[in-house]
Amino acid sequence: MAAFGSFALLIALALAAYNLLAGALALRMIATRQPARISPERLADTARRAGIAGFVAVTAAAFALVWSVFANDFSITYIMEHSNRALPGAYKFSALWSGQEGSLLLWAWLLGVYGFVLRLTHKKDVKLYAYAGTILAAIQVFFLAVLNFAAPPFALYRGALPDDGNGLNPLLQYPEMVIHPPMLYLGYVGFCIPFAFALGALMMNYPGEKWIKITRAWTMVTWLFLTCGIFLGMHWAYAVLGWGGYWGWDPVENASFMPWLTGTAFLHSVMMQEKKGMMKSWNVWLIFSTFLLTLLGTLLTRAGLVSSVHAFAQSSIGNWFVAFMVIVLAVCIFTYVLQRKNLKSDHQLESLVSRESSFLFNNLVLLTACFVILWGTLFPILSEYVVGSKVTVGAPFYNRVAVPIGLFLLFLTGVGPLLPWRATSFKSIRRNFVLPVIVLWVTVIVCLAVGVWPWKAGVFDQGNFYALVAFAISAGVLTAILSEFVRGAGVISRQTGRNFFVATWLLTRRNTRRYGGYIVHIGVVVIVVGLAGAAFNRNVESEMGLHDKLVIGPYTLVQVGATQDSNLNYNSEYAMLDVYEHGKKQFQMTPERRVYLASEQPQTMVAIHSVPSWDLYVVYEGTNPDTGQPIIKAFLNPLVGWIWAGLMVLVFGTLVALVPSQKPAAQRGGNQ
Amino acid sequence: MKSFRSFTFWMRGAQALALAVAVCFSLGASDAGSRFNDLGHRLMCTCGCAQLLGECNHVGCPESGRERQELKDAIAGGKSDKEILAAFATKYGATVLAAPTTQGFDLVAWIAPFAVFGAALLGTILLVRRWALSSAGKAQAAKDAEAASDDPETRTLREKIRRETGSDGGF
Repeated sequence: MAAFGSFALLIALALAAYNLLAGALALRMIATRQPARISPERLADTARRAGIAGFVAVTAAAFALVWSVFANDFSITYIMEHSNRALPGAYKFSALWSGQEGSLLLWAWLLGVYGFVLRLTHKKDVKLYAYAGTILAAIQVFFLAVLNFAAPPFALYRGALPDDGNGLNPLLQYPEMVIHPPMLYLGYVGFCIPFAFALGALMMNYPGEKWIKITRAWTMVTWLFLTCGIFLGMHWAYAVLGWGGYWGWDPVENASFMPWLTGTAFLHSVMMQEKKGMMKSWNVWLIFSTFLLTLLGTLLTRAGLVSSVHAFAQSSIGNWFVAFMVIVLAVCIFTYVLQRKNLKSDHQLESLVSRESSFLFNNLVLLTACFVILWGTLFPILSEYVVGSKVTVGAPFYNRVAVPIGLFLLFLTGVGPLLPWRATSFKSIRRNFVLPVIVLWVTVIVCLAVGVWPWKAGVFDQGNFYALVAFAISAGVLTAILSEFVRGAGVISRQTGRNFFVATWLLTRRNTRRYGGYIVHIGVVVIVVGLAGAAFNRNVESEMGLHDKLVIGPYTLVQVGATQDSNLNYNSEYAMLDVYEHGKKQFQMTPERRVYLASEQPQTMVAIHSVPSWDLYVVYEGTNPDTGQPIIKAFLNPLVGWIWAGLMVLVFGTLVALVPSQKPAAQRGGNQ
Repeated sequence: MKSFRSFTFWMRGAQALALAVAVCFSLGASDAGSRFNDLGHRLMCTCGCAQLLGECNHVGCPESGRERQELKDAIAGGKSDKEILAAFATKYGATVLAAPTTQGFDLVAWIAPFAVFGAALLGTILLVRRWALSSAGKAQAAKDAEAASDDPETRTLREKIRRETGSDGGF
């Protein structure tokens, strides 16, 4: 199978190279209208078919690797290092992306999948798709070259073959890890598509904004995958790392967040180009930056540039990525300089207070947030280079710098949709903003009254203060968004005589993009409320003998047993804790600590009981070597469930926005 | 009723509310016990786990217990936050601090984000203003041209259309 896989990768590289060269030649012939013996259209079509064949070859290589994992073929170094016989089936599958070579193969395969779909749908706009397909082939050539020459997944193990492999990293043996990396990679790789269309449209002087319409669904789906990938990673960190949090501003977390920020900015500003023909250069650079940041993310994760708990594979492929990023940047700059005259705006902003300017400020804030995170991630390297000593840029830095920017962004989320296009009047501002502002201040007062104070134990507390501000702005933004629904549904209800809920449904169906976007914003608000809850986290830690009690919030945990278990993959120790609330037994929790046999590494399995108001989060930290008794740490984390609920709302909103709008009956009739 | 709706009324209301909140914010007595928690979240555990000292949770950590005790002793010894952080940095190196200091090259880490944001904000405002003025100039020129060419009836009709279609267009 190793030979088959290696051969498939080599074939895939040859096909991608043909796709690139033949595609580029054909497009050059079309652009210059040079007479040639072969028709450029036919040449371009052979390039497209080579791209499809390349996808088949990469699929064969990926299949070969998965097959080898399931066949326990430890003659392949990658399999020996990332799997073992006792590894459960689902985790054997996830071994595909648990190491560097496998994850690069996943990159190439997903790029192949996206490219396959793109090449099959080329008839929408043959020339633009030919450009995009050729650019995708160039990206594929890079990844396949790395796979063939720098990080071959089918390299054979040298020396005597071991009976068993080293096993999968215990941190990766968790259900989310079976879907989190592919989801994240679908997001990363997916941004190649809008990038390829943007660069292709720029290269060919594509008239109008049709390329944006074509790529809109691609961009939204990609953004959705990246969003889900990030949140699944957060949930994994929360449930596996056992420190009670979900986001530690780790360099790899930051690396996934940066393209999300620029991608989000692109999704907003692209509306300006569609509706007003504005911000054309800006949008092109936003998508270029997003693609470059996805490469940077892969570089950070895979090349060991920065240390991270999420970086599961490190090697020297950094130089390849740096070289590729430099080439991509050079091509982008060259094409932009050559074609920038075609990117002049059709209109200009007419007022500082308008929907257009709110998009501009939204972009400004998103890009500032991206810069802050990039700056914080790379500052230790910069500091070492400039003054010779490394520094830590951790959570306190981001909490102080990035959180206020995030709150400002949340504020704009509420303000933007209430501003009309072109310009606004004081009367309009007053009509739209009075209610949200009242709700905002009422929330501040209610929060203060119920004990959400900007101080902790008598001292001003930054986290509490931000939480209070977040709750207040969230309430204001939610009111603003809901009032938009109420206003629109009210009009439809009066026009059609339908009840309010049916009217809301009709309203959303008539403009799915707008109201889907509002639902996404509601999801963001819910997530922010959940994040703000972290300011009020509590924890207690105790050694617990039989029948010992641990009290946290309204819960009393009673140890009723500590035992051990084992299977072929790991040995485990766990405690059984009866949880009482108001003196009545409610449920039992079994926090666990595993030691994986193949790798001999320990791993925590946290027990979580989630209700809307908080999570009871219990960690089995091990046993006291002196007494042999388990040490239990319990956290009470308010509102964490809101984060995952907010994600569901956000996903729903994005799906709504992807559905084509339904034209009103009168308009449909008029068109017939 | 008129005064209820006036801009001044709302502005005064907002000011009063802001003042009330500011008073609430300034309440509260100082508690030295929170310093341990605060400083524990400004220092890193030095065992290599990349966690904040206040959150390092693995059993048998060779460093966090000792570091925590040092922190408690330093607080009990009456040292200021600045002195404690400086003492840790001297003993364990600059990487023990969870964020850059505000001295020397470290200061750049703090200044750059705000400088970039401020410059971008200012640039955007100036750009939008320039565009708005340019658009207003063009609109005025078009209006003047219309006025010069229209008869009184057309002018009245045009004014009516402008009033009714206004700027509150929504999407």
